[in-house]
Amino acid sequence: MTDAKTNTEEYLQMYRQMVRIRSFEDQANQLYLSAKMPGLTHMYSGEEAVAVGICEALKVTDKITSTHRGHGHCVAKGADFKQMFCELLGKEEGYCRGKGGSMHIADQSNGNLGANAIVGGSMGIATGSALSAKRQGSDDVTVCFFGDGATAQGLMYEVMNMAALWSLPVIYACENNGYSEYTRTDEIAAGSITGRAEAFGIEAFKVDGQDVLAVNELAQTLVARCRKGEGPFFIELETYRYHGHHVGDINREYYRPKAEEKTWHEGRDPITNFGKWLTTEGVVDQTDLDEIKAEIKADAAEAVAYALDAKYPDQSEVDMHVFAETP
Amino acid sequence: MRQITLSTAVNEAIAEEMRRDETIFLIGEDVAEAGTPFKITAGLVEEFGTDRVIDTPISEPGFMGIAVGAAMTGSRPIVDLMFGDFIFLIMDQLCNQAAKTHYMSGGKLNVPLVLRTNMGATRRSAAQHSQSLHAIVAHIPGLKVAMPSSAYEAKGLLKTAIRDNNPVVIFEDKLMYQDKADVPEEEFLIPFGVANVKREGSDITLVGTSSMVQVAEKAAEILAAEGISAEVIDPRTIVPLDMDTINASVRKTSRCIVIDEGHQSFGVTSEIASRLMEQSFYHLDGPVIRMGAMDVPIPFSPALEDITVPTPEGVAETARKLMAGEMYHV
Repeated sequence: MTDAKTNTEEYLQMYRQMVRIRSFEDQANQLYLSAKMPGLTHMYSGEEAVAVGICEALKVTDKITSTHRGHGHCVAKGADFKQMFCELLGKEEGYCRGKGGSMHIADQSNGNLGANAIVGGSMGIATGSALSAKRQGSDDVTVCFFGDGATAQGLMYEVMNMAALWSLPVIYACENNGYSEYTRTDEIAAGSITGRAEAFGIEAFKVDGQDVLAVNELAQTLVARCRKGEGPFFIELETYRYHGHHVGDINREYYRPKAEEKTWHEGRDPITNFGKWLTTEGVVDQTDLDEIKAEIKADAAEAVAYALDAKYPDQSEVDMHVFAETP
Repeated sequence: MRQITLSTAVNEAIAEEMRRDETIFLIGEDVAEAGTPFKITAGLVEEFGTDRVIDTPISEPGFMGIAVGAAMTGSRPIVDLMFGDFIFLIMDQLCNQAAKTHYMSGGKLNVPLVLRTNMGATRRSAAQHSQSLHAIVAHIPGLKVAMPSSAYEAKGLLKTAIRDNNPVVIFEDKLMYQDKADVPEEEFLIPFGVANVKREGSDITLVGTSSMVQVAEKAAEILAAEGISAEVIDPRTIVPLDMDTINASVRKTSRCIVIDEGHQSFGVTSEIASRLMEQSFYHLDGPVIRMGAMDVPIPFSPALEDITVPTPEGVAETARKLMAGEMYHV
């Protein structure tokens, strides 16, 4: 593996953040299966190295836009478990006061401009955020997370064209998990995904999205180049979603064989593999990692208990926030 | 008082606000050197430069989305959408993104942007350049909708829109760009949700939007000559809608015709008529009548196009029937 972050604390931060995402998703899945969560949710499990590798290259004031599969981005950009579970359950203390739910979860104070439930819907927002940064003379970078499915939306090509024309500090991060909902990506994507960005003169990269250090090293480089005005950039991250399209997509052998899922679980798990690297390199030993996992698991369980007990918003809030106040 | 065109009024409003607030920028197709096909933004790029007057490719969803993101991050974009008909191209960015962001974020994120576009038939532009689509926008919670009826309103409402912390869509009637009106030299703003009583009367209320205010005023002139006293009301914004003023007028006159250039079915005329029925039913001496554009795609041929939109003569004729009680038997 490559060296991006080079000290123990930074390595452990990435490890912790990946474990936090996995623990959050395990709890969210249980909430669904036990019928304690309203609606559906889309699990990020398996893709942790993408969000963490990229967000660990960002400052608090850097922006991201997220997707319907957005819990991972939200955690990776610095969100707190309690407010996230409260949002998932539609409680008043949630980040969006329960008005967004799983598909719109975001900790806005950490630069998360929202999770978007329209596939590809945030590509304009991310590009506009980069336009603001450039006009304001700040060196903030915006990362637009989206899946391989969103590469089929026309908006992507319109905004990449303008981002390239105007040299905007935006990184388009395509999480290619191999499936566009219930359809294999090779059935919906002609030609090359990176080639589409290259057609606009945007430098495009492919990286193993299961290797957090590789993702982080590339992100560090591209974020630094964006800050110097060399953006935009495009990254295709090869990754895998462990669950179905959403938590209810359980019987899915008609589009994805179990043997394929097993191969990714056993050979390419981002947390297991990074853990192995950390112990092999002597950064920490297995006991340290086990302690981290146990501690985070307990944190998540405590946050779930807190959220289950938390109160719903008062019904008077239903027509609050339709319009912002204008002084 | 000096008279200026609606086009100049819009240009002045943008320039004044851009001088006041550096976070404002203008974005759209051919807004810079070309000054738009209607020459509305002419001269702005010379004063504010290409950083603040930004020409885009012909990518309406793209630049609308970029404006939404910029508005969420400290900018106040004014989006120029060349024809109102193109609003169908940007519906996701306008209605799923801009309109819902403040609500879905629990009030944490704002989208202070203005979308300027146009409406209006009889320009011989056929079905894809002649629609008046404001009712579709007004249907979506989270969007404000302004409909200036003259150069004065165009300037005052646009300045208010630019200072509003929400997405505001302004529909200018493209046939009125060269129409002149009294517009003060000194600064003024027109608040949203405050209707204007353009003409006082006692027998019938004519509520008109945008250029239909002029139609209503001309109809009132015709009716006055026949001894019928019509009150003319311009709501100026349809979201928010000043029902207090409209209700007060109808309770006085007991009759009402609502005139708007959107298609008549499921439109602004239907909405106002319904509210009047709910709120002022026992004050009415006859049904509230809707007069909108015919429910047909706008045809090209002048012989056909001209009969699709309300006219002063048509409004006057309807008013006569309403006064005579004939509308009970339609």
